[in-house]
Amino acid sequence: MSSYTQKKGFGATVWDYITTVDHKKLAVMYLLAGTLFFAIAGFEALLMRIQLMKPNNDFVSAGFFNELLTMHGTTMLFLAATPLLFAFMNMLVPLQIGARDVAFPFLNSLGFWLFFLGAVFLHLSFFMGGAPDAGWTSYASLSLYSPGHGIDFYVLGLQISGAGTLISGLNFIVTIITMRAPGMTFMRMPLFTWTSLVSSALILFAFPPLTIGLLMMLFDRMFGGNFFDHTMGGNTVIWEHLFWIFGHPEVYILVLPAFGLFSEIIPAFSRKRLFGYSSMVFATILIGFLGFMVWAHHMFTTGLGPTANAIFAVATMAIAVPTGMKVFNWILTIWGGSIKVTTPMLYALGFIPSFVAGGVTGVMQASAPLDYQLHDSYFIVAHFHYVIVGGIVTALFGSAHFYWPIFFNRMLNETLGKITFWIFFIGFHLTFFVQHFLGLMGMPRRVFTYMEGQGWDQFNYISTIGALMMGVGVILMVINCLMSIKGKPAGRDPWGDGRTLEWSIPQPIPFYNFRQTPLVRGLDPWWIEKQEGNKEVTFAEPLGDIHMPNNSAIPFVISLGMFIAAFGALYNPDADKPWSIYILIIGLAITFGAMIFRSVKDDHGFHLHKEDIIEIEEQLYGKGGNK
Amino acid sequence: MMKGLKKWRLFSLLAVMMVFLSGCGEDYLSTLKPSGEVGKQQLNLLLLTTVIMTLVVVVVSVIYLLAFVKYRRSRVGENVIPKQVEGSHTLEVIWTVIPIILLLIIAVPVVTTTYKFADVAAMDEVDEEGNKTALTINVTAKLYWWEFEYPNQGIVTAQELVVPTGEKVYFNLKAADVKHSFWIPAVGGKMDTNVENLNKFYLVFDKESKDLKDGVFYGKCAELCGPSHALMDFKVKTLSPDAFDAWVDAMKATEGQTADKASTDLGEATFANSCLGCHAISGSGAGGTPGPNLTTFGDRNRVAGFLEHNEESLKAWIKNPEEFKPGNLMMNAEGTAPIYGNLSDEEIEALATYIMGLSVEK
Repeated sequence: MSSYTQKKGFGATVWDYITTVDHKKLAVMYLLAGTLFFAIAGFEALLMRIQLMKPNNDFVSAGFFNELLTMHGTTMLFLAATPLLFAFMNMLVPLQIGARDVAFPFLNSLGFWLFFLGAVFLHLSFFMGGAPDAGWTSYASLSLYSPGHGIDFYVLGLQISGAGTLISGLNFIVTIITMRAPGMTFMRMPLFTWTSLVSSALILFAFPPLTIGLLMMLFDRMFGGNFFDHTMGGNTVIWEHLFWIFGHPEVYILVLPAFGLFSEIIPAFSRKRLFGYSSMVFATILIGFLGFMVWAHHMFTTGLGPTANAIFAVATMAIAVPTGMKVFNWILTIWGGSIKVTTPMLYALGFIPSFVAGGVTGVMQASAPLDYQLHDSYFIVAHFHYVIVGGIVTALFGSAHFYWPIFFNRMLNETLGKITFWIFFIGFHLTFFVQHFLGLMGMPRRVFTYMEGQGWDQFNYISTIGALMMGVGVILMVINCLMSIKGKPAGRDPWGDGRTLEWSIPQPIPFYNFRQTPLVRGLDPWWIEKQEGNKEVTFAEPLGDIHMPNNSAIPFVISLGMFIAAFGALYNPDADKPWSIYILIIGLAITFGAMIFRSVKDDHGFHLHKEDIIEIEEQLYGKGGNK
Repeated sequence: MMKGLKKWRLFSLLAVMMVFLSGCGEDYLSTLKPSGEVGKQQLNLLLLTTVIMTLVVVVVSVIYLLAFVKYRRSRVGENVIPKQVEGSHTLEVIWTVIPIILLLIIAVPVVTTTYKFADVAAMDEVDEEGNKTALTINVTAKLYWWEFEYPNQGIVTAQELVVPTGEKVYFNLKAADVKHSFWIPAVGGKMDTNVENLNKFYLVFDKESKDLKDGVFYGKCAELCGPSHALMDFKVKTLSPDAFDAWVDAMKATEGQTADKASTDLGEATFANSCLGCHAISGSGAGGTPGPNLTTFGDRNRVAGFLEHNEESLKAWIKNPEEFKPGNLMMNAEGTAPIYGNLSDEEIEALATYIMGLSVEK
């Protein structure tokens, strides 16, 4: 029974990844897919910035610019930031809580394939008659008016992808609530697990409004549903509400795990437990809750009236309080610590002032009457990039360095990492700081060109230079990742300052994670064990058989069916494509067929016996092991 | 004493910010140099929030840099294990209460101004004879131009808004096709033009625009509305109340003005044949024409909102409007040819001269 460690050919490896239900392999797949879409969306941003480098530029056309800005926003939020954070959540959450996998490994795989094929579907729009062009918010009057199939790609692609996200979110909630190791109480959970839990809960409540909105839009475009067509009694403001009831929590879905990641990095490299742990947990929950109460601040200028504007203005400002608590807790974690400036710590240190700067401009926009001037100007663009790049992207880059050994048992190069940080960080501030002033000087956002002599030329030029620097930074980062393939194995706890359970596992991590379920004796369990001079964590059980799930191709087939059906739905409104209805039926038949097959066929997984475990560990860590 | 000192500090900080911020931007466009009550109050809010928020950023940065400088591992020693502090309720309460106080300072003026800006009750006030006392303008945003109708005066114009200085001007905002947003940065904040309902707000214009660089304030569309969103500019001419009344009279006097198909002027004849179906040349009456009203074309500042105002631009525009404003409605459904057909160069030449001659001010 030692088939688990046999070497495989290329085809077998691909098949292994398509059928895998292992959270660590899925994490790697999320990481790769997320990086791919991050690169695409970043490239789109560069094209836009080059277009805006000088007034009256004609580098890209007006229509294509709108496609770029739509796809940049949509891709970055749905298809880059979300999967990249899912990569970390998938990899770390089970390890941090001492579990062997997530609660529903099959659904974990289904979530990935739905996300990935939905994303691929959305991007095929570039080659099949034009990408969506109504902005990432896809406001109803314009998106109904938009000719061609761009908006249909948006609606169908996001619907499929969103289903994947929702499934994954549910999975994390159940995993964290039910799969914690003995002793891992809620108030001993690492903060990243906490933020993953709250963020997953936000997914659970925020994605259904999006699903409904997209479905209504689909009905409007496919069957003349008239939910949003005002000439038929519909109302476009409804779309704005549905979109932002999803869209605002989405910001927190992304930024909370980023906070969580920094709450892991900062204590590790300060050698100090997180200051005010319980208030951090409280602040996380409070931010999650308030995140749902403030969507209308995106609609101050829509004309909701002064009462709605006043209420939402004050509610929005309230979010600054728990966020401020977090920032001060991080600073106090550093205070009195022993700070080692590694690359991940550098990102964390850069994050604090950048994110505060992004947060305070948020308070400025929450001031409704002031927002009448700022809304839809470049000030907004500056604000949300400060939050998203300064908060989420720095978290992703920093954690990529921090957790690279957990993912691949390799370290990234520290010197190159620091160079990357400085180039990216300076480029980031150069790009977005001046955009605050562009907005105040009257430049609307989403413009593909501008007349010269309006006082905007210089700042736009500076902004583009900054964007190019950010591009260089990302390329260096990718080079660093590729270089690590040739690196030496990192081994267990390579930073030396790991505090939580994921650092206690020997490298490379076996597919069952923990040979024996650990016993958690307090906050930062690995730190506690190290302080007591232990080489291993204390175990809660003797070495015994482990029950593991079987691989399955069904999630891929279910997703593929949806992918095929989407083409049928896309072309259905076209009178000259009568075959589209059959595509739709075939696709749905594949999906439902696979679901039925899954339902009737029992799959009990398999047991890994004690001897197998000993043999596997011998191969991994014994002589000639630790690859 | 302490209180006075603090006030003085805030005031000087405000003054410094004012100088710093107003160094930016152009009089006719920048929100930092407002020419009207609404814009000025918004600038005050901007200054207040900027001062408080800058303070926050500075305080956070100082504490953080201090911590960083003091507690680097190279300074405290490689093998030091710091005290594992749990937290401090006193500190946590402090940094919860301070932000709440700061936010309250902002929230009070925010709520009052929100209600103040939304007060449009004066729109319906009438004098003894039943005439409306306030100036109301109906703004209709279209792909990609703006129509301005003055219902009480019975006149209509497009692309260039003309308003009197020194009084509240009320706006009814609506979009005819897709959502747009009406924004005059140097005068006051924006309001969306929705397709299904009227939005109402007011602005005040303090300064006559004739001394500005182009003699007008710049207006923008702030909501993505299709390929030519960036080009959907309009201009605002502010006149003294007397000059405004004179302009209204001149507009009224154009009642019934039309182009004659049989005219000996080739431009007028071409206009009558090709353009009159969509473009009115009488400023009297109501809006709702498919194309912008051209009565005041000669008085305007730009062709199509952003091209230089001369016959060359106009000719190029007539020849191929799609090249300048993609997605505009002057083209056939495929966007290949103008709906008025292809005109000869001679006709375009004459047409441009004719349209440039349409004026109420000269």
